Amino acid sequence: MDLSFTPEEQAFREEVREFFRTALPEKLRAKLRAGHHVSKDEQVEWQRTLNKKGWAVPHWPVEWGGTGWDPVRQYIFREELMAAPAPEPLAFNASMCGPVIIQFGSEEQKKRFLPRMANLDDWWCQGFSEPGSGSDLASLKTSARRDGDFYVVNGQKTWTTLAQHADWIFCLVRTDPSAKPQRGISFLLIDMKTPGITVRPIITIEGGHEVNEVFFDDVRVPAENLVGEENRGWDYAKFLLGNERVGIARVGASKERVRRIKLLASESRHGNPPVLENARFREKLAAIEVELKALEMTQMRVVANMATLDGKPDPASSILKIKGSEIQQTLTELMVELAGPEALAYQPHGADGRNEPAAAPEWALTSAPNFFNYRKVSIYGGSNEIQKNIISKQVLGL
Amino acid sequence: MDFDLSEEQRLLKDSVERLVADKYDFESRKRYGAEPKGYSDALWTQYAELGILGLPFAEEDGGFGGGAVDTMIVMEALGRALVLEPYLATVVLGGGALRRAGSAAQRQKIIPQIAEGSLKLALAHAEPQARYNLANVAATAKRDGDGWVLNGAKSGVLHGDSADLLVVSARVSGDQTAENGVALFLVPADAGGLTRRGYATQDGLRAADIDMAGVRVGADALIGGESDGLAVVRRVYDDAIAATSAEAVGAMQRALELTVEYIKTRNQFGQPIGNFQALQHQAVDMFTALEQARSMAMYATMMTQEEDADERARAMAATRVQVGRSGRVVGKNGVQLHGGVGVTIEFAIGHYFKRLTMIDAMFGDADHHLGILSDLGGLLPAA
Repeated sequence: MDLSFTPEEQAFREEVREFFRTALPEKLRAKLRAGHHVSKDEQVEWQRTLNKKGWAVPHWPVEWGGTGWDPVRQYIFREELMAAPAPEPLAFNASMCGPVIIQFGSEEQKKRFLPRMANLDDWWCQGFSEPGSGSDLASLKTSARRDGDFYVVNGQKTWTTLAQHADWIFCLVRTDPSAKPQRGISFLLIDMKTPGITVRPIITIEGGHEVNEVFFDDVRVPAENLVGEENRGWDYAKFLLGNERVGIARVGASKERVRRIKLLASESRHGNPPVLENARFREKLAAIEVELKALEMTQMRVVANMATLDGKPDPASSILKIKGSEIQQTLTELMVELAGPEALAYQPHGADGRNEPAAAPEWALTSAPNFFNYRKVSIYGGSNEIQKNIISKQVLGL
Repeated sequence: MDFDLSEEQRLLKDSVERLVADKYDFESRKRYGAEPKGYSDALWTQYAELGILGLPFAEEDGGFGGGAVDTMIVMEALGRALVLEPYLATVVLGGGALRRAGSAAQRQKIIPQIAEGSLKLALAHAEPQARYNLANVAATAKRDGDGWVLNGAKSGVLHGDSADLLVVSARVSGDQTAENGVALFLVPADAGGLTRRGYATQDGLRAADIDMAGVRVGADALIGGESDGLAVVRRVYDDAIAATSAEAVGAMQRALELTVEYIKTRNQFGQPIGNFQALQHQAVDMFTALEQARSMAMYATMMTQEEDADERARAMAATRVQVGRSGRVVGKNGVQLHGGVGVTIEFAIGHYFKRLTMIDAMFGDADHHLGILSDLGGLLPAA
């Protein structure tokens, strides 16, 4: 047992860090550090920078643009990316739809979609949840009826993240209404420009527009856009959801937030003593650091076990989502506490003219919106209560 | 980065786990606890035969040259069964002081006796007034010809009642809480002027309060220098933090298993109570607490080798916070999910709860260590 990184791994870390130091635009770094989201153009430009370097989709097979790195190097890369902080590759392309097409798609689909996915020529979004199908995803009702060489899709998806930017959507649709819920589902790729698709924004509590409703009204989708076999979509969805268990902990991002909070809390503002001199705040921060360190070690155990487990999920991996989300949320909460009264002013991006610039610094103005927004992380991707049901069944055998 | 055990380590793990599984069920433990010393000397002999008593000591001193990972493996296995024998007191604490600071002559005389099971040690450092301040040492050591005379009181000395040889800290110079000026001495338990009052601890182990009134020891009793004993104690306590964290992980693992078994078999409302989500989620909280503690026990094990005292202190403090908090979740939920029987002395779960609680109280509890960690500025640098 040796938890240190090898000299080669350390050299690799340096190489990655150096790349982020030089290739990441300072403006983008500053924006992320201040707690802002990046724009579509910024995300695309950054993804192309990564792609030019050959690092757009490290975990994909080499023939489709992957790097061939072992799990430890992939882990280091992700860590450094989040520490930079740099925009994380669009999950819908890189870790959701991409791997499904690689695993279950046809050769034509791979050639057609994968390179454009890696370069973010196509922006993908995810059509899984429906108004009546949240945690109980298998109850989904959006239907795809075969009509010659087409499927005709009708129904509604919701919580569709960044659908307003999307060129394509990968959908779970019901192709056999008479089968058991999990049996009659297929995995369909749909061009967002197809007639009959309507996107409506959902505004979240902090005032942001991240998620949408997507309506399908007699949308005709070429049958060649079916991934794998008809009615096997549930298996592909399970593969997709089980795929990014390691990344979901977002340890690197939380570490970046801790360092940031420490820096901001060590500064004296308006002549007041630094917040870090307050033992209550300091101990809260120390407590979350302990949790984060433990989670980092848990994640490293999972990463180190990947080779030996050969694709089977490590029981410890199931806690990554729960703990990772709790830690991320607590850190946004500490940021609000740190901002104090300077968290008050509401200054949405692209102010409407009724809001003039407030005196508070950017990091303080984004603190409350991020705290409000981050309630989502214990809800999306299977709520933490659903995660507990999964652990209870799969790990504890209850 | 590699979390795998070596072939030797796997064999060690198998053999200790097998011994404990064969000899240390809950009923046997009760019998051992009722023996005169509060544990089984017969088992102690078996530990010697298995080679775990000499495990962490250098081969040239009569040990087996094992490392921190080996100690972790043994302590985790012992923790599963709530083993009563003075392994921590003899091998990790008393033996640890010798290993870290003893002279070659001291090591070569004593360690072979530890390894063969004929000599038990205890570390007598804590004092009634000290709470968790390791520097608070009121006991004194004064030069007396070639040797030393010791006076003062030690309390809560783990397995101090049955130890043959005590490692005692006493102040040679400086104020009562000064960092420098503390020395460590080897004191035979039957030394004149030394009295011991032995008692059971809450978790079924044994401890002693010790009074020293004019206890005379020779020059060769001094371990290390006469002013840097506290640094040795800190180092040994760090080793003990790693070791008891592994022990706690073993105890938590077993407590979780017992609890899951129980709620799978206990029927109410015509079905196993483990079918109920309210209980399932509490069991999952136990699992999560266990895995987080396991991660930190591994981290602490690695960090025992860190030479930078501050870095090591941060790591140990962080580990204590996690293990203490996890232990409380596992212990309390374990009792709760057992329902009424969980609070009876006849059920094992309550004994795991008690041991986990006392481990937290032993080398500074979670809250104490959170204070240390936060005063050291936490784990990550600001940026």
